[in-house]
Amino acid sequence: MTQQAIEVKGLWKVYGPKKENVPLDQPDKLSKMEESREAVVAVRDVSFSVNAGEVFVVMGLSGSGKSTLIRCLMRLVEPTAGTIKMNGEEVTSLNNQELTQFRRNSAAMVFQHYGLLPHRTVLENVSFGLNLKKVPRKEREERAIELLNTVGLDGWEAYYPANLSGGMQQRVGIARALASDPPILLMDEPFSGLDPLIRREMQEEMVALHEKTHKTIFFVTHDLDEGIRLGDRMAVMRDGLFVQVGTPEEILENPADDYVARFVEDKKELFQEAKKEHGDDENREGMTEDVS
Amino acid sequence: MFPETWEFHIAGWINDFTNWLLTTFTAFFDGLSGIILSLLLNIHSGLEAIPWWVYILAIALTSYFTTKKIGLSVVLSLLPIAVGLFGLWDLAIETIAIVLTAVVIAILVGIPNGVLMAEFNRIEGLGRPILDAMQTMPSFVYLIPTMMLFGLGKVPAVLATVVYAVPPVIRLTNLGLRQVSQEVQEAALAYGATRFQLLKEVRIPLAMPSILAGVNQTTMMALAMVVIASMIGGGGLGYEVLVSINRIDVGRGFEAGISVVILAIVIDRLTQGFAKRFEPPSN
Repeated sequence: MTQQAIEVKGLWKVYGPKKENVPLDQPDKLSKMEESREAVVAVRDVSFSVNAGEVFVVMGLSGSGKSTLIRCLMRLVEPTAGTIKMNGEEVTSLNNQELTQFRRNSAAMVFQHYGLLPHRTVLENVSFGLNLKKVPRKEREERAIELLNTVGLDGWEAYYPANLSGGMQQRVGIARALASDPPILLMDEPFSGLDPLIRREMQEEMVALHEKTHKTIFFVTHDLDEGIRLGDRMAVMRDGLFVQVGTPEEILENPADDYVARFVEDKKELFQEAKKEHGDDENREGMTEDVS
Repeated sequence: MFPETWEFHIAGWINDFTNWLLTTFTAFFDGLSGIILSLLLNIHSGLEAIPWWVYILAIALTSYFTTKKIGLSVVLSLLPIAVGLFGLWDLAIETIAIVLTAVVIAILVGIPNGVLMAEFNRIEGLGRPILDAMQTMPSFVYLIPTMMLFGLGKVPAVLATVVYAVPPVIRLTNLGLRQVSQEVQEAALAYGATRFQLLKEVRIPLAMPSILAGVNQTTMMALAMVVIASMIGGGGLGYEVLVSINRIDVGRGFEAGISVVILAIVIDRLTQGFAKRFEPPSN
């Protein structure tokens, strides 16, 4: 029995009309509202689950609804309908205080544009979440220094985000996410803004980090290569729908429709390469499944 | 001709209302008046106790440490000497005392109101037309009710100045808080910041340059109003201008006017240099 870290059922996000005025039960009416631009559907009846310790990648082009989806998980965007369960907690039914506690302890997010506080030092940025939780100064600073070592930024504590390169800023973002040791990491195109070489390097480090911590990672990207390289399973998203969900291999070999097929056309070779790199990784997964 | 029989006045009601306020809340207005007066007198006697050359030195040093420009610092610190040479030093100190008192009150009232406007869209909707009215209403109109409620003298002068000068700090606090990057705010929320924590740890610090620009504008407006407020007993440089107008003494009027301008330039430069220090580091 594998434990489900994230379980999403029938998730909708419709922008435009008020929540109670969205005719989800009348598809004809909804599509008319969409045609007249009265309603914009960003996430359309999405259901999926992510196993504990898994890297789940959502791949889609811009406007496919993937950023809205990841924000719904944290309720930074309020879903129109559906349920989200993370780590056994039903996120969609939390009240404000519970939601604050959930965000502080159960999941952490890494942003595409880093989302660092420009007026705080690297050290203060990493310990920001702990500061919100009122962890004593000494303790949170020790933890922050430890994490800066983990992400390879020792010695940069006193600098401000503006003094750092993009890659380094995202390392700060990752250290901040790890600070309160949440079981789930949500990553919203974390490496999209980086140079190809740095991106590759960060991807490798993320794989290493995942092997060490076994955190559940929900990873959003528009880059198929990245999805194949990192994901245990991936979902291809288009127009708010999950077009296909499966292991990268399955998606490459049996694309569900023309859209996915066009996407994966020349990626098979790349996948063979990635598979070699991740050989150990897959053995490890197999073992954990046997144990549980 | 507009029909005479249609004539309809609200002046009587406003007068009645002011009278009613005055008789019903005598104790409140007296108390408020006392607090403002003692604040003003303390600030004034504090400012008076400082020798003139300390001001010059202080201006030079603050200017140098905030801007690192020697030329600017020298010019800024020499300008007030002209005020002394015109024989208007003591009056200038009196003016600064009134401006400072008004600005302190304006900040205490303005920043919390700006925060409320930024936090609640409804309050913003309500506040905007009131602020517009406050800024477009001829400033002389403020003098009448404040004079009725507080009589003649420095306290109504301070209050009329506050009413005239408070809008910019409210507006720029509101604007600054609303302009804080959505991405940064979203990240703070994602890490479990409460609404109050978001305000205290993220929005206010990042809005600080804008808030201080508001304080700077408020100070400039207060200086401008001080001349008008001298009509109800504000004293200071404004009174000197008033006397010159009555006597059609152009020279004397210009000396006082130039002194006000000098105060404005020095205060403006100093507060702007100070505001720059609050900007978050950038590349």
